[in-house]
Amino acid sequence: MPAKRPNNPARELLFGDLWEYDPAPETAPAHIAPRYDLFINGQFTAPKSKKWFDSISPGNEQKVSEIALANEADVNAAFAAATAAFSKWSKTSGAERGKYLYRIARLLQDRAREFAVAETIDGGKPIRESRDFDVPVAAAHFFYHAGWADKLAYAAPGRTLAPLGVVGQIIPWNFPLLMLAWKIAPALACGNTVILKPAETTSVTAMKFCSILQDAGLPPGVVNIVTGAGDTGTNIIHHPAAAKIAFTGSTAIGKFIQRTLAGTDKRLTLELGGKAANIVFEDAPIDQAVEGIVNGIFFNQGHVCCAGSRLLVQESVADEVLRKLKMRLRHLRVGDPLDKNTDIGAINSRKQLEKIQELVKSGVQEGAEIHQPACKLPKRGFYFAPTLFSNVSLSHRIAREEIFGPVLSILTFRTPEEAVEKANNTPYGLSAGVWTDKGSRILKMSTELKAGVVWANTYNKFDPASPFGGYKESGFGREGGKQGLLDYAQIV
Amino acid sequence: MTRLPITKTPKCFVGGAFIRSESGRVYEHKDSAGAFVCNIPLCTRKDLRNAVEAAAKAGPGWAKRSAYNRGQILYRIAEMLESRADELAAALSLTNPNSAAASREVRAAIDRTVHYAGWTDKYESLLGSVNPVSTPHFNFTVMEPMGVIGILAPEEAPLLSLLSMILPAITSGNTVIALASHSQPYPSILLGEILAVSDLPGGVVNLFTGTRTDILPTMATHAHLRAVYAAANKSERTEIQQGAAEHVKRTVFLPSEKTIDWFADDAQGLYQIRHFLEPKTTWHPVGI
Repeated sequence: MPAKRPNNPARELLFGDLWEYDPAPETAPAHIAPRYDLFINGQFTAPKSKKWFDSISPGNEQKVSEIALANEADVNAAFAAATAAFSKWSKTSGAERGKYLYRIARLLQDRAREFAVAETIDGGKPIRESRDFDVPVAAAHFFYHAGWADKLAYAAPGRTLAPLGVVGQIIPWNFPLLMLAWKIAPALACGNTVILKPAETTSVTAMKFCSILQDAGLPPGVVNIVTGAGDTGTNIIHHPAAAKIAFTGSTAIGKFIQRTLAGTDKRLTLELGGKAANIVFEDAPIDQAVEGIVNGIFFNQGHVCCAGSRLLVQESVADEVLRKLKMRLRHLRVGDPLDKNTDIGAINSRKQLEKIQELVKSGVQEGAEIHQPACKLPKRGFYFAPTLFSNVSLSHRIAREEIFGPVLSILTFRTPEEAVEKANNTPYGLSAGVWTDKGSRILKMSTELKAGVVWANTYNKFDPASPFGGYKESGFGREGGKQGLLDYAQIV
Repeated sequence: MTRLPITKTPKCFVGGAFIRSESGRVYEHKDSAGAFVCNIPLCTRKDLRNAVEAAAKAGPGWAKRSAYNRGQILYRIAEMLESRADELAAALSLTNPNSAAASREVRAAIDRTVHYAGWTDKYESLLGSVNPVSTPHFNFTVMEPMGVIGILAPEEAPLLSLLSMILPAITSGNTVIALASHSQPYPSILLGEILAVSDLPGGVVNLFTGTRTDILPTMATHAHLRAVYAAANKSERTEIQQGAAEHVKRTVFLPSEKTIDWFADDAQGLYQIRHFLEPKTTWHPVGI
């Protein structure tokens, strides 16, 4: 029997900087070229625009590489190559198409470390995440979809699948290589050819990926990668040869694309923003929930469309959860993305940092209570300390708008009905989290939450076999699994 | 002395009740010989909004019904259609004097209803999945109804096409608001009367009549409609899609440039139901 303790809370051990970690930088070479051309028809091709733009590392604001700026003529050339390649690729047997995808998966695994370092340098995410999550899951997506290529008829009972044609794909900057894999793998498995545009701040791994396509011997024109900003994307959307547009990014741009495509009969899938509720009931395992909340909002600096950015805590445990969260925040290490001990890396761009700062300011102004741990941010680069807001009400901007940064808004509820009501009180519907010990409550909550993905007693888990995508203004269509495959094919 | 028969005032079926248009307007319905038949409500966007409200109210309850129960209710609709088959055929014959074609359409509409009655407890096992993720989680995808679906039915096959568009949506627990054929509205009036006695909860199917120009813009932009299912020409599709973009609404189109064979087997089935489903994926750790 333990000795009787005096009636006061256990004291916390505080070591301050007594045992500070030494820097542990990842030093493997990233093999980033000083300049990248476009990848059209299997070849690196100088842009007809004759223009390149700088890609900088958000970790230290240093120039990483020069990226080609594709204009309309370049996009046209990419579509010409993809259209020419389609006639043969769509008739290539599923088994053969699958073999190319298997090769791509294996070659990506071979070069996983190099790709992880490049991803972290270019995008700012912690090396721990690009090494353990982005790159291996990207390879897994190719491996998974490789196996579908000769089994498509099984995905649509009673029917079979036929390819759509040339697919235009536009991806965001938060998971550059992984989003590329989510887009390209199912498209190719179904026999389509692809024009893909990475986000302008994160093109490096997409261009490095082109060398894998060459090494895999993928027929020219099956995958074409054009780089640039919004204008390049607009050229893709408008191109008459596009049978489908697949977009991942903000809800505002998604709506613009849907409006733009009106009347064209092009297919469209959208994976847009979110403002997910992460709901903690009083019977939840609180310590595990705290870890889940931290992973839910601080994973990838909060640059996650499905981030658990609205914490809904049952009133009876709200103080305990906030106290434990504040303590946990003190142990998060913010800094050099290439350091293997870093938990929170760099914000992807100055523009994004300013958006986060602006929304955080609005939170303070609207009367929410801000909590930030004391932490030293690097002098150069774009960084933001992990931030909690308590006393948040549903009308605050920080509870309604997608912040896309390491900022958590905490609200409380009393009954499950109130939790559902608050969770669903948003135009978004991408994801939600539920923490409770009660199985029947998980299933009930999962049914009532209007969200495409529900994580119960876990958060931010992804898998190629698991369909991902939103309800309401978080978009339509799914990526991954049998359901995602159907969005890249006609059911005939 | 011959007795003067009582003629029926056509009313729309909204929220389980029979309504005239809130606008107080009607349009003349004439038969193929040009003789006056009746006045049809000329519904407006206000009626549409009321219908959406009724459909939204009915939605959660309908979605919560067991699949077996929804199946039995759809089957009951077929029973009620069969019992009024002659009347439906007569209604179709008003605008199309070919009585053989009218009877054929009624039979097809009844059989279509029975077809979907059998789907309510089966589509989930074919479209949903348990997903073999590589982490220790139990991961499964269920197919959920979207919510309220707006339907613009075509002019032709006014009974069969209308039912063929409504049934796949309500099979999975969606509720619908549907604008019937403008030139051949009378079958939709009868359909409302039949649905009213079919154990179908009020508000699950809301039918109204009027012109597309009055209804289409509001149907495209209404925030509480989760999807629009429309037989539409190119300019209508453009307008609907532009409006739908305001709230990222799903759209499913039947282009009117292509002739649809409403009698064909592929005018019904699993993939029509799938249009109005949202896959929801749930993760849970496996452990003790």
